[in-house]
Amino acid sequence: MMKRYLVRRAGQAVVVLILIACVNFLILKLAPGDLVDVLAGESGGSDPHYLHLLREQYGLDRPLYVQLFQYLSNLVQLDLGYSFRFNMPVRDLILMRLPATLLLMFSSLAIALLGGITFGVAAARAPRSLRDSLISTTALLAYSTPLFWAGLMLIILFSVKFGVLPSGGMATVDGPKDIVSIIVDVSRHLVLPSITLALFYMATYTRLMRASMLDIYNMDFVRTAKAKGLTPHQVAYRHVVPNSILPLISLFGVQLGSVLGGSVVVEVVFGWPGLGSLAFDALFQRDVNLLMGILFLSSVMVILVNLAIDLLYSWLDPRIEVGA
Amino acid sequence: MIARSSFIQRYFQSRTGVIGLIILTLIIVMAIFGPTLYPVDPWDMVSRPLQWPSFGAEAPLGSDVLGRDVLSGLINGARVSLIIGISATAAAVAIGVTVGAVAGYFRGLTDDALMRITEVFQTIPNFLFVIVLVAVFRPSVFTISAAIAVVSWPAVARLVRGEFLSLRQRAFVESCVTIGMSTPRIIFTQILPNCIAPVIVTSSIMIATAILVEAGLSFLGLGDPNVMSWGAMIGFGRQSLRTSWYLTLIPGVAIQLTVLSISFVGEALNDSLNPRL
Repeated sequence: MMKRYLVRRAGQAVVVLILIACVNFLILKLAPGDLVDVLAGESGGSDPHYLHLLREQYGLDRPLYVQLFQYLSNLVQLDLGYSFRFNMPVRDLILMRLPATLLLMFSSLAIALLGGITFGVAAARAPRSLRDSLISTTALLAYSTPLFWAGLMLIILFSVKFGVLPSGGMATVDGPKDIVSIIVDVSRHLVLPSITLALFYMATYTRLMRASMLDIYNMDFVRTAKAKGLTPHQVAYRHVVPNSILPLISLFGVQLGSVLGGSVVVEVVFGWPGLGSLAFDALFQRDVNLLMGILFLSSVMVILVNLAIDLLYSWLDPRIEVGA
Repeated sequence: MIARSSFIQRYFQSRTGVIGLIILTLIIVMAIFGPTLYPVDPWDMVSRPLQWPSFGAEAPLGSDVLGRDVLSGLINGARVSLIIGISATAAAVAIGVTVGAVAGYFRGLTDDALMRITEVFQTIPNFLFVIVLVAVFRPSVFTISAAIAVVSWPAVARLVRGEFLSLRQRAFVESCVTIGMSTPRIIFTQILPNCIAPVIVTSSIMIATAILVEAGLSFLGLGDPNVMSWGAMIGFGRQSLRTSWYLTLIPGVAIQLTVLSISFVGEALNDSLNPRL
């Protein structure tokens, strides 16, 4: 049963992946001007014969379906093309920048989860109290705040006014070289960007945790727990909280793509040297190959993480029928 | 069937709903009549650069690096934000309702195929996808709205599909099929009106999200270069963040207030359209 489900999900993921690649190809083809036009524009125009030769060399004169097939088979070999601006294969560029983005993403998701659960529990344990409405209103406010603006406001507060945290970059230039001080230095640089990126998701987790806990409080097993004389504290933390966390895990998978998108603006604001600022550079140097490569690899990441979460979910809660 | 009067009564029971509606109305009025009542060109140099907000006659909310009036930018930006928020959402709802209705009504292979396509658009990271689309097709109010619509329709499609899957099997739909009503007529006049409420609630959230996305785009320099928008103002103001932080603060608060008021309205609509408590 489990095995069959796995195969089916993996098959679906492959189909989605191929379709995403086709969408990418379509965008590349619909874009005004092809690679050769860009190169020609760069060198200030060339004669038509030379352009024709170039098109032949890159296979741009062949029928569309041949080009699509070529594109797909390149992707299968993880060949994402060449970035003419950075003079490097796109894959290598992305792999170089990926660790910084992963560090930023996972630290902010950890902050968001911990904060969201804490505030959600605090709100749900006293519904409609002052504390609850304070938390809920703050969450809604955080929900309505553009990430990049929150980042700029934090810079004004903590870097400009108080001067306690660095406002950009990932490490101090010419900083100390031993491993401990490097870790301390990078963590200090990580604080503001990860809190900025976490704000929005903390708000969604808070709201979901609150709603999920209020649902669980109405269930029979909670009534039983209360009836056998457990304190409200025990009921909340032993019975309600563990059962309320499940929906948060699936939200995590759904939001991964949006966190990747959010990291673009946050990385640009804080000069964090990750995929987001790479995308930003690609954007302004009109490096479409690189941009598409980032888009494709991020989609692959989303698919893989969601597959993993599906598995984790059925392992955490065996009641969930994986076939459904 | 919900009686109209009771719906309005329920809406006005929500305090935040009323506050949201008032703020939103003010912003809409500002967007429509502002440029006529305060005819200052947001691109013109009207005072000396980087003048702090004085609330006087000249540049009441201050001026930016190029001496452009912040208040005028705020008023014109409201227009851009609302136009993009509403048109992107309208397009996304149109696509989403169509796809969801067809998938949920016909089920089987059609449903499978449409859901795979929906999944594709849901998997590609939204904001990155919008950036790529806008960058490739050149930024304008139209391409920005279209790009936001392209990434936001799947939510509506899934919602409408779910409603259709359950409504399709109800007796009133079966009887319509039995008396030989045409399929489009069943879809549009019988099933669709029954799932309007959740679609309205989702659209209000989508308008808010679209406004945030547009702000992010124009902050990155991917806004329509011919119109002044709030995100672009923050982008311009960022260069003088350390000294003139009001340039960043003011448009940011405008975005926050707009999105917050829309969320308040959306929540109140949700509570009054599907009373569960």
